[in-house]
Amino acid sequence: MTDKQTAQQDTKKLVKKLVLTVFFMFGFGFALVPLYDVFCDITGLNGKTSNVAAVQSDSVDKTRTISVEFIARTQGNLPWIFKPEVKKMNVHPGEMHQLNFLVKNNSVDNMVVQAVPSVSPGIAAAYFNKIECFCFNQQPLEQGQAADLGLQFYIDKDIPPEYTTVTLSYTLFDISKNIEQDEFTKLFADNKN
Amino acid sequence: MSTTNLNADNHAEEHHGAPSGIMRWLLTTNHKDIGSLYLLFSLLMFFIGGGMAMVIRAELFQPGLQIVEPDFFNQMTTVHGLIMVFGAVMPAFVGLANWMVPMMIGAPDMALPRMNNWSFWILPFAFLILLMSLFMEGGGPNFGWTFYAPLSTTYSNDSTALFVFSVHIMGISSIMGAINVIVTIFNLRAPGMTFMKMPLFVWTWLITAFLLIAVMPVLAGAVTMVLTDKYFLTSFFSAAGGGDPVMFQHIFWFFGHPEVYIMILPAFGIISQIVPTFSRKKLFGYSSMVYATASIALLSFVVWAHHMFTTGMPLAGELFFMYCTMLISVPTGVKVFNWVATMWRGSLTFEVPMMFSIAFIVLFTIGGFSGLMLAITPADFQYHDTYFVVAHFHYVLVTGAIFSIMAGAYYWLPKWTGYMFDEKLAKAHFWLSLVSVNVLFFPMHFVGLAGMPRRIPDYATQFADFNAVISIGGFAFGLSQLLFVAVVYKCIKGGEKATDQVWEGAEGLEWEVPSPAPYHTFETPPDIK
Repeated sequence: MTDKQTAQQDTKKLVKKLVLTVFFMFGFGFALVPLYDVFCDITGLNGKTSNVAAVQSDSVDKTRTISVEFIARTQGNLPWIFKPEVKKMNVHPGEMHQLNFLVKNNSVDNMVVQAVPSVSPGIAAAYFNKIECFCFNQQPLEQGQAADLGLQFYIDKDIPPEYTTVTLSYTLFDISKNIEQDEFTKLFADNKN
Repeated sequence: MSTTNLNADNHAEEHHGAPSGIMRWLLTTNHKDIGSLYLLFSLLMFFIGGGMAMVIRAELFQPGLQIVEPDFFNQMTTVHGLIMVFGAVMPAFVGLANWMVPMMIGAPDMALPRMNNWSFWILPFAFLILLMSLFMEGGGPNFGWTFYAPLSTTYSNDSTALFVFSVHIMGISSIMGAINVIVTIFNLRAPGMTFMKMPLFVWTWLITAFLLIAVMPVLAGAVTMVLTDKYFLTSFFSAAGGGDPVMFQHIFWFFGHPEVYIMILPAFGIISQIVPTFSRKKLFGYSSMVYATASIALLSFVVWAHHMFTTGMPLAGELFFMYCTMLISVPTGVKVFNWVATMWRGSLTFEVPMMFSIAFIVLFTIGGFSGLMLAITPADFQYHDTYFVVAHFHYVLVTGAIFSIMAGAYYWLPKWTGYMFDEKLAKAHFWLSLVSVNVLFFPMHFVGLAGMPRRIPDYATQFADFNAVISIGGFAFGLSQLLFVAVVYKCIKGGEKATDQVWEGAEGLEWEVPSPAPYHTFETPPDIK
């Protein structure tokens, strides 16, 4: 082979590698999305609670009391009323509690909303177990309709002693425009039954 | 992907003659032609983006809303940023790489000449799309060049798709350019030109090209996610659908921080070529320069969250990113000290390229120091999103990147045109730029520390005097750049004949070919001593 031919082959090989790197990095950009969640999950950094129902607690630690605060807010200009039944509860770790959040759709449209929970301090999120939560599902509400949305939870007994106050915040997002039309109508039909 | 043998092209041109008129430029695969196209395009973009800066400064000349609507003001800040980053600074460096890298390593051309043609000619379309979106109903992008979600998803206007596609095209162009530079440097070096003999401009560009290949695809991914979030009901950045808007900032800055080094490493290379020439000494600490460049590039991947200190990161994260960021000042300091040591006891002369280089070293260092201040987490909570940040990144990008490009342009202009430029006019350009750029950006530090937020069309009256001064500096700096156009135009038209070496102390392969550099250089590789 002449020098020129080897040079061309080298060029082809290098270009191939570089193009592959480009595609790999494009994929890596998207892989950052699940990696971000995994990272937050392992480190417990961003206060996300699990969106899977927890199993019931089997015993209660009566020696400690933790104060749990509830915050409910709507995102943007959502014309809804959204508030917790009580603003604060004193609970023992492992003890089951239930409360309702009151919502009312004050707009003139039928709307579907999604509540997104966040726990502060963030590390405590991993110890906040929800057995039942309205945030697990999308919530359809007709115009003017009101509802009580239930939450059943307990604080895990393993919660480190430095956490004496835990705040659970819910933000209500309007997702009416983000879901398909037939799914939208189906949600309301299911709601009626 | 073209891997056409470039000698075949050369022969075709020799035998049939290069096409003339516009077709010569449309079809050219010559690295010098494409380099010129890149440089002229970037000059045009520099003035368009500069025009937008003038609109911004005119509006901010006095408190209150005088000239433009707030929404249009936001479009101006956004498109000004996008054009200056992707249209002015990056293409200027690619243009310089096209012109100089093959000549510096003794190669006949870039390794992939046809791809080279493509990577340039898709660029004008990217910017046409971006600029046209300004005239659409609802206006152009108004969410800042960083296009944070949900500003760019939930709250953006209908032209966002055009923004996304234009960024895609810019990205593809940069990636192709980077691949070309890497392949050229790896495969087309003249025999004997080992890696550690390469001029520093070649080294810094090689490292920059790797950065481009690593992060431009991530940017492409980020804009694609914005596109699907806005138009196709995905929820990458929407908390309602299980996504996270803060994640946008992580992905964006994973691209964005290496990006700022993409815009400064080639500048380091240019300065490292110019300072030894006019000091008549070898560059001090060549290998430490190479390693410093490589360490800056590596560190750039682990500092991105210093842009996000106020997003509620945990303390451990803030400390990690703070210390990593501060670590970068070590290799950067190595570079600055090496330049100073190169000048130490050299027989200095102060031709225009050297004047721009010295201004670069001083003013870039000021920008570096304000960067160090911003890196301090607790202090950043006060500086975040104020004019202090604006002052910081304009010092590193205008008096850093742009000054180095000016220095490089003046340094190599006689080699490109064959004529010396009008030194008087060029000196006027330098002094006017130097004074006005500091009148423009230095007071921004003060208004920033006093709490003036960035990206606003109106401000508290306490900032009025400073803003008037800043605006006057801005107009003066903008007008001064017209002198640069005059110098370049005159130099292309004629003037005193330049020698092959051009500058007395200049060393390197590019100074061994005639001035102007012939259309084809080093068709047979030179001997490297």
